[in-house]
Amino acid sequence: MALQSLDIIQRSATTLPEPEIRIPVGTHDVAKLIDTTKCIGCKACQVACMEWNDLRDDVGTNIGQYQNPHDLTSSSWTLMRFAEVESPKGDLEWLIRKDGCMHCADPGCLKACPSPGAIVQYANGIVDFHEENCIGCGYCVAGCPFDIPRISKKDHKAYKCTLCSDRVAVGLEPACIKTCPTGALVFGTKADMKQHAAERIEDLKSRGFQNAGLYDPQGVGGTHVMYVLHHADQPELYSGLAKDPRISPTVRAWKGFAKPLALAAMAFTAIAGFFHYIRVGPDETDDHDEAAAQEATRKPGVSPEGKAP
Amino acid sequence: MNNDAPRPGTSDPQHRATIVRYTKNERTNHWLVAGAFVLAALSGLAMFHPALFGLSGLFGGGSWTRILHPFIGLFMVVAFIFYAAGKAADNRMQPRDWQWLRQYRDVISNREERLPEVGRYNAGQKLVYFAVIICLVVLLPTGFVIWRAYFSQYFPIPVIRLGAFLHALFAFGLICTIIVHIYAAIWVKGSIRAMTRGTVTPGWAWKHHRAWFRETMTHAESSRPRSD
Repeated sequence: MALQSLDIIQRSATTLPEPEIRIPVGTHDVAKLIDTTKCIGCKACQVACMEWNDLRDDVGTNIGQYQNPHDLTSSSWTLMRFAEVESPKGDLEWLIRKDGCMHCADPGCLKACPSPGAIVQYANGIVDFHEENCIGCGYCVAGCPFDIPRISKKDHKAYKCTLCSDRVAVGLEPACIKTCPTGALVFGTKADMKQHAAERIEDLKSRGFQNAGLYDPQGVGGTHVMYVLHHADQPELYSGLAKDPRISPTVRAWKGFAKPLALAAMAFTAIAGFFHYIRVGPDETDDHDEAAAQEATRKPGVSPEGKAP
Repeated sequence: MNNDAPRPGTSDPQHRATIVRYTKNERTNHWLVAGAFVLAALSGLAMFHPALFGLSGLFGGGSWTRILHPFIGLFMVVAFIFYAAGKAADNRMQPRDWQWLRQYRDVISNREERLPEVGRYNAGQKLVYFAVIICLVVLLPTGFVIWRAYFSQYFPIPVIRLGAFLHALFAFGLICTIIVHIYAAIWVKGSIRAMTRGTVTPGWAWKHHRAWFRETMTHAESSRPRSD
């Protein structure tokens, strides 16, 4: 690898380990921290994302919501999701969450992907799609526990947030972080981000948000995009953020133990046939059978009534 | 006499009297299904296990494999429906078939003389018939569910996950079934000729499918001449 920041530790559809002799120390493990309690929903991050990544989504329609576009698309890799929630006290809470790829430590997309090298995980934790290797099957969509990847209708390839892997590789922060006007988005090593989050959570708790907490779901091995939530006990309030996301057992079976087992069973079936032929041999028809058939044809027993001889 | 490939117009008296087992249309139909199966299996395996991803090279790369696979599969299902539709009656399981299966040890040891009489198809062939039908009945709808370019957008993600898993599972079942089917054709000499040339010798029919042999004799009075 030319750049240590682009060392690959996991590669889709690859059964052998990646080059792993180098052990990055210290600052390799990055994370984006999204503090929903500081977010004002200005969407500057959405604009920065399209600017940096040269994305121009189709202009959609307004359905009476601030959320725009309505969902992530192959050209909208991040999206402010606006949820209006009534608290038990009767207050209205406007919970705004910047949605996008969570960069799981155990990425379901990468597990499901059948194309070698179409999805990679760098040593810094970023999960990246290499579209030149993408075959457009959409397995990553089924594999993702967060419903993030989108297949383009234009080129039938999968797209999602790259965590600006190109910027991070040269020591810059992601475009959304760069542009956030309130400091709701911060970027750094995962350890630093956790510490920053802990300070924020302490502050939130002192101000009455007893359930404030960090969203770093362990079901997917933790994520390299984390949230500070006012209601960490109810992440579903934030436009359906998964409470305990994990790779679906169906996907685990399909792209896990089923693969070697099925291959072995198919090979075994063929090998069993081969050795049956070697040990028992073919079932052949010989002169006696022909003679018997001829006799059966002549015999009055095999008359049009079809009686057995 | 057990020559698998007698030349047309051979003067060998043993080959003048043969029994038609599969007509031209049946053979064509069978090999359309078989060809589509091989292509669908190879392209499907390429997307199933990384070790077999190289098979995608046969189809022009990963994206072409993804594009072609569902169309090949669909063609296979349609061709199989035509093939199997006319064979339901001959594949009905009968009491003697269950007895045949219970004596599987005699079956795999080539001790056919101990087995009950067999009609047009033996119990093993009937099981293959039903196994293929069951597999295709699952593969067809699950294939649509995971057909990303046109249909997946209409299904929720949990359904797509289940569809992908079931599609892989029943494709695995189908491939194993067809491996058994192909091996049986190699094992029982004269079977490949039946599906390539269309005919079998009376001795072959008498030995392997005696009830069908009788039926054929009854209908034809005597063995038919080669029709093609």
